[in-house]
Amino acid sequence: MILDFSSNTDYLVALLPEGLLALAAFGILLADVFQRGDRPEPSGAWTAYAAIAGTLIAAAANLWLLLEVDAGPGLVAVDGFRLAANFILLSGTLLALLFAIDYQRRESMHVGEFYALLLLATVGMMVLVAAQDLLLIFLGLELMSIAVYILTGFNRTDPRSAEAGLKYFLVGAFASAFLLYGIALLYGVTGNTNIADVVDRVVTGSAEGEVMLLAGVLLLLIGFAYKVAAVPFHMWAPDAYEGAPTSVTGYMAVGVKTAAFVALLRVFSVQLAPAADFWTGIVWWLAMLTMIVPNLVALVQNNVKRMLAYSSVAHAGYLLVGVAAGTAFGRAAALFYLAVYTLMTLGAFAILSLVAGKGDRHMNLADFRGLGWRRPALGFGLLIFLLSLAGFPPTGGFVAKLYILRAAIDAGEVTLAVTLVLASLLSYYYYLRVVWKMYFEEGADHDVASSNGSFRLGAALCAAGVLLLGLLPGPVLRGFEWAGSDIVGGAAATTAIEAPRPDAPANPSAGGPAP
Amino acid sequence: MGKLYGTHWILTLLLAVPLTGAVACLVGPERRARWTALATTLVALALSLPLFWTFSTGTAEFQNAASFPWIERWGISYAVGLDGISLLMLLLTTVLMPLVVAGSFSQIGRRERAFYASLLILMMGMLGVFVSLDLFLFYMFWEVMLIPMYMIIGIWGGKRRIYSAVKFFLFTAAGSLLMLVAIVALVHLHQQQFGEASFAYADLLRLSIPPRLQLWLFGAFGLAFAIKVPLFPLHTWLPDAHVEAPTAGSVILAGILLKMGVYGFLRFAIPLFPSAAMNRGVVAVILLLGLIGIVYAAWVAAVQPDAKKLIAYTSVAHLGFVMLGVFALTPQSLEGAILQMVNHGISTGALFLLIGMIYERRHTRLIADFGGIARVMPFFAMALTVVALSSIGLPGTNGFVGEFLILVGTFQRYPVVAVLATTGVIFAAAYMLPMVQRIILNPLTDDENRELSDLNGRERAVLAPLLGLILLIGVYPQPFLDRISPSVNSLIEYVEARALPMEAEQEPEIPAVAFELTQREGNHTLEEERGEIGR
Repeated sequence: MILDFSSNTDYLVALLPEGLLALAAFGILLADVFQRGDRPEPSGAWTAYAAIAGTLIAAAANLWLLLEVDAGPGLVAVDGFRLAANFILLSGTLLALLFAIDYQRRESMHVGEFYALLLLATVGMMVLVAAQDLLLIFLGLELMSIAVYILTGFNRTDPRSAEAGLKYFLVGAFASAFLLYGIALLYGVTGNTNIADVVDRVVTGSAEGEVMLLAGVLLLLIGFAYKVAAVPFHMWAPDAYEGAPTSVTGYMAVGVKTAAFVALLRVFSVQLAPAADFWTGIVWWLAMLTMIVPNLVALVQNNVKRMLAYSSVAHAGYLLVGVAAGTAFGRAAALFYLAVYTLMTLGAFAILSLVAGKGDRHMNLADFRGLGWRRPALGFGLLIFLLSLAGFPPTGGFVAKLYILRAAIDAGEVTLAVTLVLASLLSYYYYLRVVWKMYFEEGADHDVASSNGSFRLGAALCAAGVLLLGLLPGPVLRGFEWAGSDIVGGAAATTAIEAPRPDAPANPSAGGPAP
Repeated sequence: MGKLYGTHWILTLLLAVPLTGAVACLVGPERRARWTALATTLVALALSLPLFWTFSTGTAEFQNAASFPWIERWGISYAVGLDGISLLMLLLTTVLMPLVVAGSFSQIGRRERAFYASLLILMMGMLGVFVSLDLFLFYMFWEVMLIPMYMIIGIWGGKRRIYSAVKFFLFTAAGSLLMLVAIVALVHLHQQQFGEASFAYADLLRLSIPPRLQLWLFGAFGLAFAIKVPLFPLHTWLPDAHVEAPTAGSVILAGILLKMGVYGFLRFAIPLFPSAAMNRGVVAVILLLGLIGIVYAAWVAAVQPDAKKLIAYTSVAHLGFVMLGVFALTPQSLEGAILQMVNHGISTGALFLLIGMIYERRHTRLIADFGGIARVMPFFAMALTVVALSSIGLPGTNGFVGEFLILVGTFQRYPVVAVLATTGVIFAAAYMLPMVQRIILNPLTDDENRELSDLNGRERAVLAPLLGLILLIGVYPQPFLDRISPSVNSLIEYVEARALPMEAEQEPEIPAVAFELTQREGNHTLEEERGEIGR
């Protein structure tokens, strides 16, 4: 099937996974209201199962798009890059749902709205990774953000959750304003919100309004930097991550980051590639700071959740190295990293949520003492996730870091590569600190709740995925490598890449031997 | 049988056996874990011993070699093989492991399943490091080892176990992370020069690397290996780790893990970056650090009140000798260095086992707490004396052969260094003999020491093979040297042929190395030339 975006149905087809997921979300919301009425009781378990089914259907639709559909340029991209990112987002959502079922049950927060909001946030993320137009980017970003604000403050009886939700909302609104202002400036200069047209203006280099153009790009970058929590725009992240219900923390740590990074890669490393001289320096510094600062701060955290929050900021730094590389290889590396990151972060937060117990009370390092002996499976799972976060073989985290390193070295960014490994060295200390609490010390006194089937399934999937991507990453690497280069670029971006080529075969006879 | 020992399957099997054993330890009952582990290590030993005889001497080619694509996209393969150097290291590992397991029976009384599983995973990592011929595979095994060792020190160690475990881990990891960047740089160069990525050792040897860049990459590899060896200023993790680790951990650390640093220099850092390894400045620095290590560690060892710490420092001194031998790069010095690696594994391993045995009886390791125990523990006294003499390098024991070859070889190229290093042999006597005297001789005054019982059957069985090897290598080292020398000679030839002065402009010639790939390419060119002549 070939889409040329001449009719509106083409858009419906191109956005089929998003549409189906949104339908599932509204279906859950409505049916739940009718079923529960005004009785203050938890929703039925079916809400969660419906959400899982919706996610799986959306994934199937995504697969169909991948295999059967080809599209020309339009407001939304139908390319390998978007569809690969969709798979990462949907698997993250699926795993988050599996963990949430267990968590919401333990915290007596089992309500249909939770699952509906989770799905809507995912719809926003998927729109964001598909957007070829600045306004669509804003739309996706807001849809995602607003749903996640609510999820962060979802446990409204807990002051920490409410505070985190408010804080995240205020800072997030600020970030959106940056982004919107940047879009407005770009629109002001070019009279268009289509990135391709904007890029045309950048390339042709009409001096008129150049300052506004650069200011627009800069503001756009700052908006994204807030969303991916790059230093120095990261201050909200530890607070929001710490206060949010742990089932939400894992989801927002992986989902928001994946979506924002994929959009960042699409806009900057593909479409704004002609203006790379301008933004690479900024991204370079963002990457440096984001690798060093959170790793230093995480060293002294006693609260494991906060430590993991800082660690998740640090991972944004490693990912930014992939952005700074600015190559197809760098994009593929970032995608692979995001896939591994999704599995290991969700797994780590899930086990943390189980250890933390009711009301998320036991989240200090001391609460992990002896966990490896009292609950061997739980401890071993956490060990795998921590080793992967630290980037240790034979886990996926190692291959992912190697991928980013290769992208950096191929692009000649040796300083970034060396900083990356030194920052990882710092991170070894705080990841290992949890391991030593779990195995070297004895005697935390609180009981860790037993997990239910969905938790075990989710954790087993995460652990298996992390190990598989570490030992046999071949097929996935090939897929992402293709996805990193199969990306709809702005017309200007293509010409900029193609430009030097005509020179090469200009005089084919010169090199060959004269007969 | 012949089939198994002619192919890579024996190596793959040797990697699979400990892993299987580790899983069996974890799922089996707690009481049976030790027997499972002992059986696993004995099976590995039995499987590996015939390699010593099936190994064909007189060739430097990798034997039992094979290479299968693993992550094709990145040119990563499962490539293994043995040459003389890795053969001896592999056998050292398989010989020491059953002794380590049997030596732990009375010391490890809790969490045995996890303990023996850790030991076996560690064993797989060590064997893997010695047989890997692909840098991805090598790095994986190199890193995988860290975790069980971290666990062994951290869970079953002494009072300051956590501090020591973390220090060990961070020191080692710091080096290996920079090595990872250097590996990636090599892969990048391969992509540039040959159009595709490859992590294979044979492929990376074909690279022509500008001498300046070689210095940087050698630095990154060298740092990782120098920390492991450990070379003088980087050795501070070693006394902590050795002292706090349980006996099994100390024996493995001293006996095998330290050898990996030297092995890394021999297998990777020197052949991959010959210009840097032959650079006068680099050699001078390493020789100097080796010398400082020999003398400094001897002096520090001489004043240690704790017997285990004393032995830990002797490792630094002995490995200093080995590094001299490696970087003097003459046939004798290299043969001596490799033999000395084996010797040090045997004698220091035995020393740690012996100290562990009296620690289990008296719960102290302070030399001052003992005295005159030869009267109550005659077998122990005999063993300690033999092992200590081997550690000093008395003629007739293995230590003498190794140190003598190193000194003779080094003297040919750097006479002053050799003379200075010889003082280290004297210092070795100065710290080792007083310790022996204060423990087993002197008057038997302490009442607690009167109660000590001599070594039991299990302990004697653990020590007997080591004592036998000390004497065997001491009087008849030829079979061992036969297996080392082709590899050593080819290494020296290769390095000297490829080393360039720092500012050289011309492309290096690729000498005829044993690798199939290069040969095939060579034939191809010849054929093409012939074709042209024919035309």
